[in-house]
Amino acid sequence: MNKVKCECGHVNPEGTVLCEACGKPIEGNQHIDGNEGNKLLNMRYDGTARRSQTYNKSIIDKIWSFFSSVKVGVWLIVIALVASMVGTIFPQEIYIPADAVSRDPAIFYEDRYGILGLIYYQLGFHNLYSSWWYMVLIALIGISLVICSLDRFVPLYKALKRQKAKRHETFLNRQRLYSESEQVTPDDIETVKENLKKQRYKITDENGHILAEKGRFSRWGPYVNHIGLIIILIAAILRTTPLMHTEEYVWVREGQQIVLPGTNGEYYIENKEFIMEVHDENDERFAQAIQQEGVVPSNFQTDIVIYQETNASVPGAEPELEPILEESIQMNKPAKFDRYTLYQSGYQVNEFTNMTFKVHETDDPEESSLGSFTIDLTNPDSIYELDSGFRVQVDQYYPDYILDNGIPTSETNFPRNPAFVLSVYPPESDTPEISFIGIGKNIDATGENEYKVGIEDFELHDVSGLTLRVDFTLPFFILGAAIFMIGVIQGMYWQHRRIWIHPKENGILLAAHTNKNWFGIKKDIEKSIENTPITMARDQQELDE
Amino acid sequence: MDLLNLSSTMLYTAFILYLVATLFFGATIRQDKSERRKKRKSGTIGITITIIGFTAQLVYLITRWIASGHAPVSNMFEFMTFLGMSMVLAFIILYFYYKLSFLGLFALPIAMIIIAYASMFPTDISPLVPSLQSHWLYIHVTTVALGQGILFISFAAGIMYLIRQVDQSSLNKGSLWLEIVMYVMFLFIGFIVITTSFNIMDYHAEFEYTEAGNVTTTDYHLPAIAGPNEGALLTEGVMEPWFETPTWMQGADAGRKFNSVIWSFITGTILYGLVRLIIRKRVGAKLQPLLKNVKPDLLDEIMYRSVAIGFPVFTLGGLIFAAIWAQIAWGRFWGWDPKEVWALVTWFFYAAFLHLRLSRGWHGEKSAWLAVGGFAIIMFNLIVVNLVLAGLHSYA
Ligand code: HEM
Repeated sequence: MNKVKCECGHVNPEGTVLCEACGKPIEGNQHIDGNEGNKLLNMRYDGTARRSQTYNKSIIDKIWSFFSSVKVGVWLIVIALVASMVGTIFPQEIYIPADAVSRDPAIFYEDRYGILGLIYYQLGFHNLYSSWWYMVLIALIGISLVICSLDRFVPLYKALKRQKAKRHETFLNRQRLYSESEQVTPDDIETVKENLKKQRYKITDENGHILAEKGRFSRWGPYVNHIGLIIILIAAILRTTPLMHTEEYVWVREGQQIVLPGTNGEYYIENKEFIMEVHDENDERFAQAIQQEGVVPSNFQTDIVIYQETNASVPGAEPELEPILEESIQMNKPAKFDRYTLYQSGYQVNEFTNMTFKVHETDDPEESSLGSFTIDLTNPDSIYELDSGFRVQVDQYYPDYILDNGIPTSETNFPRNPAFVLSVYPPESDTPEISFIGIGKNIDATGENEYKVGIEDFELHDVSGLTLRVDFTLPFFILGAAIFMIGVIQGMYWQHRRIWIHPKENGILLAAHTNKNWFGIKKDIEKSIENTPITMARDQQELDE
Repeated sequence: MDLLNLSSTMLYTAFILYLVATLFFGATIRQDKSERRKKRKSGTIGITITIIGFTAQLVYLITRWIASGHAPVSNMFEFMTFLGMSMVLAFIILYFYYKLSFLGLFALPIAMIIIAYASMFPTDISPLVPSLQSHWLYIHVTTVALGQGILFISFAAGIMYLIRQVDQSSLNKGSLWLEIVMYVMFLFIGFIVITTSFNIMDYHAEFEYTEAGNVTTTDYHLPAIAGPNEGALLTEGVMEPWFETPTWMQGADAGRKFNSVIWSFITGTILYGLVRLIIRKRVGAKLQPLLKNVKPDLLDEIMYRSVAIGFPVFTLGGLIFAAIWAQIAWGRFWGWDPKEVWALVTWFFYAAFLHLRLSRGWHGEKSAWLAVGGFAIIMFNLIVVNLVLAGLHSYA
């Protein structure tokens, strides 16, 4: 490798812009940091040799240089930003509102947003955040972040370790803060040193050449926060594997006990009660708002019991269930057991549990019963034999009846608005009479039926929608986020400040550099040269006015 | 309720005090160099009054908290008011570091516009729906607001930088865009003026219309230029709407909101026109001489530093605490809900800002534009996303 030896004797790696030890600009490399023609030196990486700026031959060099460019990084971030915005123009598929004509995206977007909606859907923007190209974009940001950090961290670390207190004059007079002073006595310098120490600067004195430095650790902030981001990205990748993360959604009726999906039959859940409460409209604090906006719920809660199957090892045996947890799940208060977390996620009130019908003569004004039967709506029989000899056959069952373009169908499979087509066989007869019956509907298909079926009674229940989740990636996300926060705070709330004093016969040169907050370092300098004849460092930045 | 009365009086007091403080900060600008002592005194009085005003607003917050039983950050009025308060707090903190009185002259009025804007929304205490009943709500919302308040200072400094530095000798890209920013502020003022005027007159017009399949009514407080889609006017003796809100405008109460937007444009434009008639210059050009004594370097530094300080706070509140709360409430820490996405967009934007600052050529004017852009994104998230792209966080 073509090492570069500086006149101070230090041997620098190839591609160095400013000598690691004394800071003297190395001829022929000044274009790398754009120092030519500028009064001030680019100090961002202390003029260290970065791989990306040094080697540019092989394809690997080229890829490395590409990804380590901040410009590329910023472009990636900006593209991700714009893409994210696009995803909010219309709702994402999962947020298609419940009142939509259809929750089928192929219909919904065009129906509601016209041609733009159709295009949006056809471009796949209705699932933008899980699209392959969005993931690729995020992955590219990740790659860029790793390469760019490595590219800079290692040389910067070495350079700051190797720096000497004694600096070359050109290095000093091309710093942004710089001054020359005459008639400075050793006592004055001692005062300055004392003052700097009081401000928690670390002083290195090399034959009267002084380096005062503080907050160097803040230079590592960006690298720490980038590590945090990488951990978060890795956690996100892990989360896509079923090993680390699973999610199930279950509907459980009140009083129902079912096996919890996704637990390999190990756990059962019983829904004892679903409770929905609303804010009291007589509460004078809220009266006005409730009057304006209508009823406001205050609590969604499911009282559950979780059972563990203790007999699972014996195949075919009756499950033996042992209650292990009894809890009230509320929003913001999930239940936890084993590695599972169970969240209150939805509800359906007033589903029909069962309905009791009676048969009577059509023209009997008293409607006296000729026998009744009860249909269990979650599990209807196909034929009901009445004691009086009637036979009722269920021809059609619509749990959630609607008329769709004149055709009767069921909107969902939940018994929310049950309706039936029934064949009633009078005793000893083989010719049935057809009736259609539902809530508030009772239609006689032919108009000649001798017998009529009427609703006598019904029972209702609520249903809870619960999300069961296993997520082992959470600790990684938390770790990543914590590291990210530490890194940003480290880099933002502290700054790396350096002040150099360079003795000359009869005077000194003073120069200073900070990676941010110039206002702060100026105050530091002002404070430390108080009561000495040292000239305050002048800000040499060429203002873009 | 007494406590509630006290609370709103305190908010009102704070508002007036901010106004008075602005005048004192304004007084620091005119006097020339020889009157430095007077200037300093004027600044000191200004910041003192600001702090008293802030304390009054703190009392507003606490009394309202006691009255409602939950932290008052749960609807549009409460959140915007709180945001205004964090802006003032951020200003106070940065004032003590940089001692720049002019900053008050710009930051306080904008914070006041935000607070006044907030007061145009219903101020009733609303009960909390189950998902909002969590301490994480307060932690998340207050941290976000604080972060946004600090980022707001970068906007204020950025605007000052632009007013100071943009070439006003002709209409060019810079002066035009700056003027557009000024005009947008007039639109906010227009909204406040027109809403307040009709509130004083106690104007009501009730409409019946169909929303999501249900027949509902809505109460316009401004005369309906745009009525609800296929709505019927119920109130008698008020203006008939000129046209209907088009169907593609979605979301709760789209008609009424659209109508407010139209009114804001009309009033804001008239106000802006009047001001232009009087000053006979672009607003930016008129303000420019005020700032000729402020060092652009210092403005650039304040602008950058407030992003540097605000970015971590925003990340913590807007992304991390938000995720923790979402995890507890819904069982998913991230759900690509529009509000969340816009928090991410804001975060990406400021990350890009910070990275651009690493390279040469992005200091000064370009940075200032970025600071303005960042704040525009924050306001977009607060206003457009809340009121239009409503998701889980909709304040409606
Ligand atoms: C969304 C993703 C990213 C975030 C949130 C982020 C965050 C940060 C932050 C907060 C800083 C400190 C800035 C300062 O001190 O002013 C920083 C520095 C930096 N970032 Fe990123 N970054 C991201 C992505 C990237 C990418 C993709 C690259 C690759 C080009 C990159 C390259 C750098 C570099 C080179 C620095 C400066 C390091 C130094 O000053 O020594 N960052 N980043």
